[in-house]
Amino acid sequence: MKTRREFIKISALGIGAAAIASQSNRWGLGLPLYADENNSNKTGKNKLVPTYCEVCFWKCAAWAHVDNNGKIQKLTGNIADPQCNGRLCPRGTGGVGMVYDDDRLKTPLIRVVENGKQTYRKASWDEALDFIAEKMKEIAAANGPESIALFNHGSAGGHFTHLLKAFGSSTITAPSFAQCRGPRETGFETTFGAQVGSPEPTDIRDTKCLVLIGSHIGENMHNAQVQEFSEAVDKGATIITVDPRLSIAANKSKYWLPIKPATDIALLLSWIHVLVNDELYNKEYVAKHTMGLDQLKEHVSTFTPEWAYGITTIKPSVIRQTAREMADAAPSVLIHPGRHVTWYGDDAQRSRAIAILNGLLGSWGARGGFFMKESAGVPDFPHPEYPKPKWSWHEVLNGKYPLASMSVSNTFIDASIKSEDNKYPIKAWFVAGTNLPVAIPLMSQMQKALQDLELVVVVDTMPTEVTGFADVVLPECTYLERYDDLRDVPHRVPTIALREPVIEPMWESKPAWWMVKQIGERLGLHDYFKYDDFEEVISWQLQQKGLTIEELRSKGIVVLPRKSESPYLDPKADYKFKTPSGKIEFYSSSLATAGFDPMPVYTKHPEPEEGFYRLIYGRAPMHTFSRTANNPNLTDLMDENSVWVHPKIAALWGLEEGKYTYLRNQDGITSNFPIKVRVTERIRWDSVYMVHGFGHNQKELSRAFGKGANDTQLITNVMIDPLMGGTGMRGNFVTFTSTGPTQDKEAAI
Amino acid sequence: MRYAMAIDTLKCVGCSDCVIACQMENNVPLGFCRDWVVESVHGTYPEVGLELRSERCNHCENAPCVRCCPTGASHIVDGGIVLVTQNKCIGCGACIQACPYDARYSHPEGYVDKCTFCNHRVTEGLDPACVAVCPTKCMYFGDLDDANSDISKVLAVRKFKALAPEAGTNPHIFYLV
Repeated sequence: MKTRREFIKISALGIGAAAIASQSNRWGLGLPLYADENNSNKTGKNKLVPTYCEVCFWKCAAWAHVDNNGKIQKLTGNIADPQCNGRLCPRGTGGVGMVYDDDRLKTPLIRVVENGKQTYRKASWDEALDFIAEKMKEIAAANGPESIALFNHGSAGGHFTHLLKAFGSSTITAPSFAQCRGPRETGFETTFGAQVGSPEPTDIRDTKCLVLIGSHIGENMHNAQVQEFSEAVDKGATIITVDPRLSIAANKSKYWLPIKPATDIALLLSWIHVLVNDELYNKEYVAKHTMGLDQLKEHVSTFTPEWAYGITTIKPSVIRQTAREMADAAPSVLIHPGRHVTWYGDDAQRSRAIAILNGLLGSWGARGGFFMKESAGVPDFPHPEYPKPKWSWHEVLNGKYPLASMSVSNTFIDASIKSEDNKYPIKAWFVAGTNLPVAIPLMSQMQKALQDLELVVVVDTMPTEVTGFADVVLPECTYLERYDDLRDVPHRVPTIALREPVIEPMWESKPAWWMVKQIGERLGLHDYFKYDDFEEVISWQLQQKGLTIEELRSKGIVVLPRKSESPYLDPKADYKFKTPSGKIEFYSSSLATAGFDPMPVYTKHPEPEEGFYRLIYGRAPMHTFSRTANNPNLTDLMDENSVWVHPKIAALWGLEEGKYTYLRNQDGITSNFPIKVRVTERIRWDSVYMVHGFGHNQKELSRAFGKGANDTQLITNVMIDPLMGGTGMRGNFVTFTSTGPTQDKEAAI
Repeated sequence: MRYAMAIDTLKCVGCSDCVIACQMENNVPLGFCRDWVVESVHGTYPEVGLELRSERCNHCENAPCVRCCPTGASHIVDGGIVLVTQNKCIGCGACIQACPYDARYSHPEGYVDKCTFCNHRVTEGLDPACVAVCPTKCMYFGDLDDANSDISKVLAVRKFKALAPEAGTNPHIFYLV
C-alpha cells in the first residue's frame, strides 16, 4: 500500500538531542593557543591534519589544528595549494562550525506511521542499510536498476555514483548543471569545443581587462578567483562590470554598466558589432583559429550601440569605449563566463555571445585570457567493469534539450512522476549533499514526484528540508571526520590533495564511502568494494602516481609538473578545436543542425507589471547556498538575508530600513517568512535583490529556521533553455505585503 | 617600534574573513567580535559608490582607554600595542565609553576585550590572524619605524586616511583610499 509521503519535521523525532548535545562544548572559553605553526606540519601545541574544504566546492587544501583535547581549534589554508595560497575564505575558516553544530543529523532515521501520523524513528545502521538494499533489489527486479536515480553534489555524490554504477544505473544528475553552470558549458562547448568546467580556467591574475557579466566575484567567494581578482585590481587591470546592482566587483571597476535586467544579450551583440565593424578584433587569431566571421558580421550589422542603448540603457559612447578597452587589452582580456548563469531561458545563447567575444579577441588560450588546464589523473581503484545500463540520463531527457552535455535534473523530477507513457520511469532517489527544494525551483513538480517515488534516501550532515521527504535519512559525518577521494582538480598546474579524518565521526554519523560499501555488500557487489578502509583506496591511488600517503599526510598537497609545457596556446602552432569544423565556431553548425539560432539573437523578456519588481538573487561571501545557513560561526557573521530596495521604491511603499516585509510574487506565492528591508542606492528601481539560501522552513535547523526569505520559493516562473534544459530563474517579479501566507506555514516549503 | 596596520579599501571585498579568523584564533565567543566590517555607501544610483572598511582597535599612541582605566588593566606594551590584562580589569566599562572607535566589548567572563593585534602571533614573527587570512591581501601589518616594512612602503606611495582624526588619538590603523 502506498502512503503519501508527507514532509516530516525532523524535530518530531525525540532522539535525545539534549543528552547528545553536551558532547559539543567547543565554545568553552579558553586562552588562545600560542604556538601556531601556520602552514607547516612541525610539532606545535596543535596537531595539524590535512584536509580540503567542503563548505563550498572549490575544495581549498587546508590544515585542521587540533588541540590536546581532540577539539578542532581552527582551520587554515595550505600555502602550497594554488586554489587558496594559504588563505581560506570566511566559509572555509568557519568550517569548524559544520562539525560542532548541535543540530546535525545524529542517527539513521526511517519513516514510520505511528497512530496514523508519519514520523521518523531512530534506526540502527543495519536496519537502515538492510531496508535500503532490500528496497533497491525490489525496485530493480520490477523496473531495472536504471530506475534508481542519484542527485548529487559534493564528495558524497562521488561515492554514491560508484554504488549506483556498480548496481547498473547511470541515472545520475547534479543540479549544478541545469540550475547553475550548464548554459555556459553548452555555450562554450558549441564555440570552442570545450567546456569551462570548475574551477574556471580564467587567467584573472594576468589579465589586462576583465569583463564581468552579472558575475559578482567577491560576493561569490571562490577563493583563488577572488585572490586573483584582487591582484588584478592591484595591477590596475581594466575591469568592466555589467550588473543592475552595484556589486562589490562593480564598485571596484573602471566601468560599471548598470544595465537594465534581462537585456545582456543586446549589449553583448553590440560589443560584437563594434569589434567586427570597427575591425578591432584580433585579426591574426581570428584568421587562424575561427570560422564564420562573415556570417557573424552580417548577423550583427544592425546591432549598433545605438540599437542596444534603447534596450539596455547603456550609452552608445560607453559601449564603444568599453569595446575598445577590450580590444586594446587583447588577447589578455577575459569576458568571464560567469558561474550561476540560468537566468532567462536563453542563457546558453548568452554564453555563446560571451564565447564569441572571447574568440574575436583571441583570449582562449592566451595569457590573461583562458589557460589550458591540466589535472593529475588519479586512476580509479581497481574494480570489475560496471554493468552496462539499458538506459540512463540521455533517455530521461526524452528527446528534449539536444545540446545538454550533462544530465538535466529537472527532467529527472518529471520522469519520477507517474505516467502511463513514460518508458523510462524513475522509481527511487538517492539524494547526496544537495537540498533539492531550495536548489531546484518548481516545488509543485517535486512534490508530485515525491508522492510517486517508491524509495527516497537522503544522505546529509544536516536536517535540511530535503531530509523531510526521505524514507531513510543517513547521517553523513562532515568532511573533517572522514576520508574522501583525493582532490584532483584541473588548473594551471596539476595537484593532488588529501582529506583525512581530523576527529572521529561524532554521534552515529558515518562517511559516505562506508555507507556505499555496506549497501554494496548487501547487494552482492563485494568485488566493487574490495577494501576495509578508504585509506587503502587512497594509498593505492597515490602509489600509482609514485607518491605515498605519508608524503601527503605531511604536506597535505603535492603540486605535479604539467605534461604540456605551457598553459597557453602557442600562437604559431596549429590547434584543432573539438568542434565539428575543428575551429572556433562563430557560426555554430551543431546549433543550426539542431534547429536553433546558429548565432545568438536578442529576445525581449517580460517586464514587471506596475507595483512589481524583478527578483534578483546572488550570494554572500560567508555562505554557500543554503548549506551553511545553520553553521553557528557563519550565522554569527550573517544570520538572515535582506531585500534590497531602491530608496524611491521604499518611500513609495513606506518601507523602512531594518523593518520586515513579506514578498508576494506574480503567481500569488507569498514568502513563508518576512524579510528585512535594506534601503540602498546600490539597486535599480525596477528590481529587488536578495542573497540565496535563507528562509529555511525546517525547525530543526534552529539557527536558520524562519530567518529571511527563500528566493527559490518565489521562483515559480521558470524559463527553460530549449538548448540544454537550464531553468531560467530571473523572470519572477515580487511586490511587498504586510500579510504572510495564509496556508499553514509548516506545510509549505 | 610602532606596530600599525594599513587596510586597502580598494581591494577589500567585505567578506568578513578577518572577523571569523580573529574569532577562531582568539576564542572570541559567538555573538562578539574584535574586528568588523563597515560598508558606507555614497551617491545616488547609478552614480553610487561604496567604501568597505575592516575596523578594529586603533592601538592609539594617545589612547583614551588607557588614560581612563582606573586599575591599569588597559596598558601599552612594546610596539605600541594596547592590551587589557584580564585579571586586573574590573569590567567598569569606562574604556568602552572612552573609545572613539567603539572597539571594545564586555566579555561574558567579566572583563573588557578587544583586538590585541594578535600579540601572541606577532611575538612569534607571524602576522595577525586577520592579515594572514585575508583572501584579497588587502591588509598590511608592520613597524612604522622600519622604512623597509611593508606598511611603511605602502604608506609612502598610497593615499590614506585614519578614522576620527579629530579625537587626537594618533591611531595606528590606516585606510588606503
